[in-house]
Amino acid sequence: MTALSVPARPEDDVSLRPVPWQRMGWVTWRQHRATLAWVIVFLGVLAVLLGLAGRQLYSAHAAALAACQSASSPACPGAIIAFNGTNGFLANGFMLQAIPPLIGAFAGAPLLARELETGTFRYAWTQGFGPWRWALAKLVPLAVLLATAAGVFSLLLNWYYQPYFALGNQRLTLEETTPFFPGIFDLRGIGLAAWTLAAFSIGALAGMLIRRVVPAIVATLVAYAALAFAAGGFLRQHYLTPLVTSNLNLPGSAWIISQWWTKGGKFAFSGWPPDRLLQQFCPNGPSGPVGPFGKSKPVAIAECLTPHGYTQWTAYQPASRFWAFQWIEGGWLLVLSATAIALTVWLVRRRAT
Amino acid sequence: MYKNLSARDMLHLTRNLNRRFDQQYAEGRLGELGIPLKRRAGKLSGGQQAQLALTLALARRPRLLVLDEPMAMLDPIARHDFMASVMMAMAADGVSVVLSSHVLAELERVADYLILMSRGRVQLAGDVDDLLASHCLLTGPAAEADRYAERLSVVHTSRGGAQAHLLVRATADEPVPPGWEAHPVGLEELALAYLREPTTVLPGPDRARRRPLRSENGERTEAAK
Repeated sequence: MTALSVPARPEDDVSLRPVPWQRMGWVTWRQHRATLAWVIVFLGVLAVLLGLAGRQLYSAHAAALAACQSASSPACPGAIIAFNGTNGFLANGFMLQAIPPLIGAFAGAPLLARELETGTFRYAWTQGFGPWRWALAKLVPLAVLLATAAGVFSLLLNWYYQPYFALGNQRLTLEETTPFFPGIFDLRGIGLAAWTLAAFSIGALAGMLIRRVVPAIVATLVAYAALAFAAGGFLRQHYLTPLVTSNLNLPGSAWIISQWWTKGGKFAFSGWPPDRLLQQFCPNGPSGPVGPFGKSKPVAIAECLTPHGYTQWTAYQPASRFWAFQWIEGGWLLVLSATAIALTVWLVRRRAT
Repeated sequence: MYKNLSARDMLHLTRNLNRRFDQQYAEGRLGELGIPLKRRAGKLSGGQQAQLALTLALARRPRLLVLDEPMAMLDPIARHDFMASVMMAMAADGVSVVLSSHVLAELERVADYLILMSRGRVQLAGDVDDLLASHCLLTGPAAEADRYAERLSVVHTSRGGAQAHLLVRATADEPVPPGWEAHPVGLEELALAYLREPTTVLPGPDRARRRPLRSENGERTEAAK
């Protein structure tokens, strides 16, 4: 059943003056402390595991640097393989990409969907606090708390991925990653907090639109995956115009967007040289050692072709743009999240009246 | 109501969400009803849940209470107790109540004003006493039923063997044809007769009569769906 009460004379009724915002503090806390506790436990367990994994990674990195001080050291190749193989499942960061959508789907989607599914919205939206203020007073503090938790957690991820950005990794053929690598970029800096905020907001909106918990969770996961894929695969490289260089020795931290070749000022081909050219100009393979302490294979190949008038061009994003990219991405995710929350609140207001 | 919150938490929740909330009254009322404050709302019986919801609503000291199907999920005793609580609140605190219900039998006891809705339209609306006074049940030979149906405004005809029962719109002191008997009609019979003939619409009271319902404080109103 539902019971709702309406004061008859608005003008002289004290209960029609808005209830102060801070009163919702206890309500939000009481109703969502379990969710927050789950998120903290989830991130806490992950943090312990990452801490242990990070110590392994750091010690493997230190061991490789120590073993490879001289080129002839017999322990060097083994130490390099050991570092490159440490925590391979975490190296590309893809598993950790699940953190924001999981938080968004299980904290954001049920927030309104459960009220609508179980009918408790009839209680919540007929109280003196008012439905849209109620929605806003739940969504905003929870969004801030969850984004903060994710932000704190990403400090640990920052630390974890440091060895992959160390100078000199490329020379030793130690695993090196650009900070723009799709699986890692949004785990570091403000990325994780911003994506968690977006996931939560998308979840809340999906819950309000779909009104069923499980379908809303599924929709949140799908929408988040699509957004993250679009951002990493298509949007991010266009945040700033890439730099173009014919320098062959780019640092491993640079994010290479595209490569093409010219001959005599005219476009020749893009990407990797065709086999026909390689057989013609590099019949015996690249000259000089390739591998640890030598050249990387692409550089060696390029050096084969440059004496014959070919120039390799590279469009890339330098690692120094990392924070600019972080703020651009964080900025549009913040706008997206604020829009989703505003839309959700508006939908609550429209549905409640 | 939130099934995982205790009755005490529901009180606390409602107090935080409203400017006016009579905590003493609410706790006292739950105490009288023997509803344990520590128990989760989901673990209370259907009747206790309805009473808790009513307590939360009444503790806000409303002037108008809208109850949508309050008795749908209740057993007969809980239903009776619930209505007794509602009537007590009406008498003690002067709360006006708009109640929707399918339980026609309950209405006669509590309703002052009836709005009968069928297929999304108002079929009948009026003061219960007026409605009862302006209808009566005529019983007479079935063979003559059709003849009278043309002259009187008949709401519903039911035939049982040689006898026919006509529910007509007429006051009790109007002349009855020879061989026929007039009986006063009950609210349940009246409502049933109208609901069986969903095309029959009794024009509701005009604006002048409807207005007091909105502004007159303390008047009890009942709507039956």
